[in-house]
Amino acid sequence: MITSNINYVLNISVTLFLIGVLGLVLNRKNILIIIMSIELMLLSVNLNFLIFSIYLDDIIGQLFVLFILTIAATESAIGLAILTVYYKLKNTIQIEKIKNIKT
Amino acid sequence: MYLLIVFLPLLGFVYVSLFGRFIGPKGSSILTVNCLILSFLFSVCSFYEVALIGSNTYLKLAVWIDSESLNIDWGFLFDSLTVIMCCVVTFVSSLVHIYSTEYMAHDPHLARFMSYLSLFTFFMLILVTADNYVQMFVGWEGVGLCSYLLINFWFTRIQANKAAIKAMVVNRIGDFGLTLGILSIFINFKSVDYATIFALVPLFTGNQFNFLTLDFDIITTIGILLFVGAIGKSAQLGLHTWLPDAMEGPTPVSALIHAATMVTAGVFLLARSSPLYEYIPVVLDIITILGASTAFFAATVGLLQNDLKRVIAYSTCSQLGYMVFACGLSNYSVGVFHLVNHAFFKALLFLGAGSIIHAVADEQDMRKMGGLKRLVPFTYSVMVVGSLALIGFPFLTGFYSKDIILEAAYGNFTSKGHYSYLLGTFGAFLTAFYSTRLIYLTFLCKPNGFRTVICKAYDSSYQICFALGVLTIPSIFAGYYTKDMIIGLGTDFWGSSIFVLPENMNTIDSEFIKHIFKILPVMLSLLGVFTSFFVYTFSNATLFQLKISYIGKKFYNFFNKKWFFDKFYNEYLGQFLFNFGYTISYKTIDRGIFEIFGPMGLSNLISKKALHLKNFQTGYIYHYAFLILAASTLFLGLREFWFVFGNFVDYRIFLIFSIISFFLKQ
Repeated sequence: MITSNINYVLNISVTLFLIGVLGLVLNRKNILIIIMSIELMLLSVNLNFLIFSIYLDDIIGQLFVLFILTIAATESAIGLAILTVYYKLKNTIQIEKIKNIKT
Repeated sequence: MYLLIVFLPLLGFVYVSLFGRFIGPKGSSILTVNCLILSFLFSVCSFYEVALIGSNTYLKLAVWIDSESLNIDWGFLFDSLTVIMCCVVTFVSSLVHIYSTEYMAHDPHLARFMSYLSLFTFFMLILVTADNYVQMFVGWEGVGLCSYLLINFWFTRIQANKAAIKAMVVNRIGDFGLTLGILSIFINFKSVDYATIFALVPLFTGNQFNFLTLDFDIITTIGILLFVGAIGKSAQLGLHTWLPDAMEGPTPVSALIHAATMVTAGVFLLARSSPLYEYIPVVLDIITILGASTAFFAATVGLLQNDLKRVIAYSTCSQLGYMVFACGLSNYSVGVFHLVNHAFFKALLFLGAGSIIHAVADEQDMRKMGGLKRLVPFTYSVMVVGSLALIGFPFLTGFYSKDIILEAAYGNFTSKGHYSYLLGTFGAFLTAFYSTRLIYLTFLCKPNGFRTVICKAYDSSYQICFALGVLTIPSIFAGYYTKDMIIGLGTDFWGSSIFVLPENMNTIDSEFIKHIFKILPVMLSLLGVFTSFFVYTFSNATLFQLKISYIGKKFYNFFNKKWFFDKFYNEYLGQFLFNFGYTISYKTIDRGIFEIFGPMGLSNLISKKALHLKNFQTGYIYHYAFLILAASTLFLGLREFWFVFGNFVDYRIFLIFSIISFFLKQ
């Protein structure tokens, strides 16, 4: 088993997660990109689960990955559905235009 | 019988104040007068039993406060000092009651008046019969309260209200000192009973106690604090300003306050605490000097007052000065003797003044009287008797006590003794001068009042004349007949009630002073009488010229305005305290600090900060996302690095932050 370079592999998944977070926070243009960033974060988490599942030799991690995949799929489906409905309504998906959620 | 002395006046008060409107003014008068007269008769009986036969009486009624080492009982102690005070108080008070029934006959609130008078007497009796300091304090405060109620009797007059509040407040200053004195007695002696304290005093000489890191001599402190109480109640120099203003009440009230009750309480306290004061020569010096100064001060002020009652009020102040410095020179029995005699002739003077005022349609200004000798002959004669007794005319009451005071002062052969002798003798001259001035301006000179008033002047009848006539008898004879009993050489009248250290006794010394110093006060008094009489009879014009001259005006103003004591108190002390109350305690503390830190400031702070926090919600999704990221980073970071931060976080910093947050704007 490769035990010595788990940190190296973990770095990749954490970097991916951070990229997703930064895409979520710094993005000011497009809701589509937000959904893509969320997908990226979920993928990095999946990768993390897989790494640990192999590293710890435990099947539970892979089970979780399957669940997360389904959840991510449904979530992006619902998100995209909301997006299309919203686009129909407002004719835009720019984030700067969405500011009616102020209390 | 002993309890009835005290509680009969209370009975009169309770019944008349509760049912006065049902039994009417006449009924209430009869009830209270009878209660007082009965009380007086019992006092005389107890005087016979206690003072003459010598069986002191102690009565324990009930436990009042019983808490760990603090034991206060409702107890009554009748010894010579108490019964002589009881006799004087009830005697003068009954006559004042009888007098008031006619003097106040046309007042719609006669029942209230009589009930207050009875309550006053009751509290005074509680004061003199108490066997511990706390119960004495009940009477002490009670007479203060009743003086307030009585001075304020005509409560629709603003001047009466002001005078009553002044009497109450100025008395409270002294009472505060007395309270502190009683507290320090309890702290050090663990008891407030007279018997316990006075037995322990010799053991405590020189002992000190620590207060705010300073060491104080125990009994010196106690003595000074008790004397502060006496200053307030007996109107000694410094807290005397309430006494002349107390003239705003009805005249019988003035008689009661000035003669038998209230102001005598201070002297009574000194005499009662004689076993304490005997061991503190420093305080005795202070008492002597203050008393002598008061005697002189009040005599000079009385010289140029134009209000009939005010002149008599200042003579009270002056005579109290004599009593106090007699006590300061360890002649407590002489002080009490003068107190008793003074009660008789001062009551006579005041009631006589009331009769005059009654005769001239409530006019109190002496300059608007005159010529009343033929119109109110009876009042004239009793006023002459009273004035002669006051100035110490030979063989009248005042002579016996005043002369012995001054002799004892000289016979003390110390500087304080000579100081008080000097001021007292000169005060005697001034007393004679202004008493004669009073008599002259009121009775002897040409009528100066309105014709309608003077024409209708007549002697009051029945009760007023009865009271005056009865008071005249002791004013003439009391001194002569009781001198040997009360202050005679080697008399055992006082028993154990007054204690004088052997080295402080000087009654025998005073017998051997030079003849000239013995005769001087009397000669000066007579000189004062004649000077005053001749000056006012023959040289009115010169007197007027003297008065309107530059220096004369200054003198006249200085004395007429009471040495500017009131001016000083009002403009500097009073103004300063009012300013302090407004700017510091009201504006800075109440409206300032308490508003900012108190509930108002807190609610303001929270709503203000909440407005700021609300601004975080901009409505842009990426702002929310950033906030979520930042907050989760913070929490995770704190959790990870708590072992580093935990050592350096000081909670006091948060306190400072929260205090600062009160003062931040925007």
